[in-house]
Amino acid sequence: MVTLTTEEQAMLGGDKGAAVQKAMELLVRYAEALDADRFVETNNVAGVPGSSNAFVKNYYKEDGGDYRAVFSRFDLDSDEVVDVPRMNAYSCHLQGGMDPELWVEQGMTPEAKANFDSDERETAAHGVQILKTCTPYIAGNVPVMGEHCAWMESSAVVFCNSVIGARTNCEGRESTSAAMLAKRVPDWGFHRPEFRRGQHSVRVDVPVDDVFDWGMLGYFVGGAVEDTIPVIEGKVSGQSLIRHKHFGAAAASSGGVEMYHMVGITPEAPSAEVAFGGDRRGETFVYDAAARERIYETLNSVGTSTDVDYVMLGCPHYSIEQIAHAAHLIEGRKVSANSALWVFTSRAVKATADANGYTKMLRDAGAFLMTDTCSSISAAVPKGTKVAALDSAKQVHYLPAIMGIEGWYGTTAECIDAACTGKWNGRLN
Amino acid sequence: MLDVMTKPDIVLTGRKVVGGIAEAEALMTRETISGWGGINAMTGTIIESRHELKGVSFAGKVLVFPGAKGSSGWSAMFHTARLAGKAPAAMLFNVMTTKAALGAVVMRIPTVTDFDRDPLDLIETGDRVRVDGDRGVVEVWKRRG
Repeated sequence: MVTLTTEEQAMLGGDKGAAVQKAMELLVRYAEALDADRFVETNNVAGVPGSSNAFVKNYYKEDGGDYRAVFSRFDLDSDEVVDVPRMNAYSCHLQGGMDPELWVEQGMTPEAKANFDSDERETAAHGVQILKTCTPYIAGNVPVMGEHCAWMESSAVVFCNSVIGARTNCEGRESTSAAMLAKRVPDWGFHRPEFRRGQHSVRVDVPVDDVFDWGMLGYFVGGAVEDTIPVIEGKVSGQSLIRHKHFGAAAASSGGVEMYHMVGITPEAPSAEVAFGGDRRGETFVYDAAARERIYETLNSVGTSTDVDYVMLGCPHYSIEQIAHAAHLIEGRKVSANSALWVFTSRAVKATADANGYTKMLRDAGAFLMTDTCSSISAAVPKGTKVAALDSAKQVHYLPAIMGIEGWYGTTAECIDAACTGKWNGRLN
Repeated sequence: MLDVMTKPDIVLTGRKVVGGIAEAEALMTRETISGWGGINAMTGTIIESRHELKGVSFAGKVLVFPGAKGSSGWSAMFHTARLAGKAPAAMLFNVMTTKAALGAVVMRIPTVTDFDRDPLDLIETGDRVRVDGDRGVVEVWKRRG
């Protein structure tokens, strides 16, 4: 049974209103399901509150079929509709929906756009920050080491735990919406120090130094350790936000990695001993030249035709440095008539891209800088797409399966070349 | 219909995740299950490319599996399956994660974990299973023929 503080009892008793009461009821059921003893307080929640498609809105039409109905009945799993006040925790909305300006290019209907606009107005009115990105840590929400967070989005969760040393579980739609009101999540999993210790070793025998290789290592690690905590040692260098971002997203996709340690690199791994909380344990997985080649082949196993009709960059959402790099790679060139190039980022970063002229450089080349979503999340690719080229291990893991298309994985430069020539020429060096 | 006086062939005990009682046919897999990108909520089927249960529906079944994997959208996907009338009748799994716990809670189906013996070794697809979520008791009648 979960033990409640006086304040939590009061919230559960309705002292802070019906919505907070329903939120606590859900959180108590969740804590008991996990067999957690108590809650931890959080003031940093990232989820996708209230947003819904036509099916869900229609399902609750007798309750009003609106944001309030969906938030009450679906997000809080309440049997009755309640008035939903402004969120109490510092809350952010993660990715989803469509680019607010380029929705036609993304193939969205006016009805879907109207629904998106209405959900966004409601979300904003409820005090949820409209970050609309899978990279909240680039768009203005940077937690600090030890900070208890409640985040969705597997690639954001792994970054939060591993690179920052903040503490979050891989939360869901309903738990984050409840946490936004009650500022509580179960004190379970990554909120607890003993849960954060390494469980298996990964030895890196070949140099892993650029974003292309960091992503492949991440894909290898996820496949090897699944959802346990790896401790990586060896020839890993050149650590940066971009490289960690790609690594974590890949590991979270091929496996379900929610936290990793890189000895001498990540904050909770000054040594292997600290990372493991004692002696090395578990299995040792070796990433050597043969493993690297195997992973490259796996990531390229859904490609047959080298006629590339779509290139997507920005999974996870690109940082401004990555946008600058892509803009410079395509400067003076044009996207082939047989191809297309969409680059995804957050609205916050796009503001800087606009100011720097990168958005225009991409547009002049025939490419689009888009926000809010990505091809996988919105099932949005240019009409007729059959073969995609991607610089993201995560995107190549999901997009071909979701859209029933072929996919290639390579460097950003190889992808831009494919966009301009319409042909895939990637190879492993 | 099942003769209620027939003793079960196997009885397992575990910990309650979500209470309630359900009795249905088992659908067992040794592979973890993904939510977003892994299932079609509207039809209650597994769609993941290389999954051994690809194309199979879990709607109304006692889903017996190692645990959840994949994106944070797990609970929302299965919650949507509940709205579509395609959720499993109950769930039995071994590895606890926030995804599986929250998914069970919002589906409101009897769910048990932390078993005395591994359900994956004892329950096969097609067996008749009765789950008492509150007591953490699972009774199994092996399929005949």
